Amino acid sequence: MALKALKSQLKAVLESLYTEGVLDHQFDQLQALQDANNPGFVVEVVTLFYEDTEKTLRELTKYLEQPIADNQRVDSYVHQLKGSSSSIGAQQIKLACIDFHQACLDNNKDGCLQALNKIKYEFYHLQSKFKTVIQ
Amino acid sequence: MGMAAEAQFHVLAVDDSLIDRKLIERLLKTSSYQVTTVDSGSKALEFLGLREDDQTDPNPPSVSSNHHEMEVNLIITDYCMPGMTGYDLLKKIKESSSLKDIPVVIMSSENVPSRISRCLEEGAEEFFLKPVQLSDVNRLRPHLLKGKLKEQQEQLQIEQLLPLPPPPPPAVQQQQLQPQPPSNKRKAIEEGLSPERRRPRYSGLAMV
Repeated sequence: MALKALKSQLKAVLESLYTEGVLDHQFDQLQALQDANNPGFVVEVVTLFYEDTEKTLRELTKYLEQPIADNQRVDSYVHQLKGSSSSIGAQQIKLACIDFHQACLDNNKDGCLQALNKIKYEFYHLQSKFKTVIQ
Repeated sequence: MGMAAEAQFHVLAVDDSLIDRKLIERLLKTSSYQVTTVDSGSKALEFLGLREDDQTDPNPPSVSSNHHEMEVNLIITDYCMPGMTGYDLLKKIKESSSLKDIPVVIMSSENVPSRISRCLEEGAEEFFLKPVQLSDVNRLRPHLLKGKLKEQQEQLQIEQLLPLPPPPPPAVQQQQLQPQPPSNKRKAIEEGLSPERRRPRYSGLAMV
């Protein structure tokens, strides 16, 4: 009974995330790869994504705080984050990374900071939604 | 060792992103391939037994106890990696006489036509856009089967070149000079080949 309730709760959360455009169809692919032999696959990948992203966000914050930003280093972190968010279907984060990359190319520090804030917002939003179900 | 059952294909996946390695591993395992993942081009070359000076290492380092025996049937690599890019890795593989026949597939998160054509011209079989889908992985099978077929054909050619065993000397000594069991003959042939040709075989043609 509890499992059934949990499953429908998860379904509801995911549906809202899809509707909001927070997740895209790549997340379906992840779910499709999970099966009886690999029941923990989605949780494993999502957990890796959190750990990875938290580290990356700390680094990005640090580098952007410097008076003279190391654009190449920053852009390389953004590229990594764009890749991983795309791989798990975190659409909003991926889109914000695209803006961030453009801001780096334009040497637009304000644009970079804006994009970083957007990413942080989307990341914590996603994390909190998942936590309600994964716990 | 009787008739070998359908041998599993072994894919080497190269990507600096841990998440992407997890993903590609799951995609490949779902398709019943054996998978080894490494996080860089240089580790890939090390695994394949290619040393810095481009000579095949006769004793490639084993990642796990079985890896000495494991042939790699396909290499799938990310394009954008620090240090050696997927393109650099592709080039090194195609320049190596021992590795050039292994099919290579490139993955990239960016759809850059010039990048794609450069890789295909250099000998990549396919170019997948990330995130890689199960439908992409399904496209690997023909390349793997083609590679296996080529290998079996080469095997047949080698066996057809086997010299006839020397005729046994007359009568008395005959018992001591039984025709060599097939495995010794194979061993002699294997040793006769240059180190570069030495790839462990476990195809269906393996002799008992």
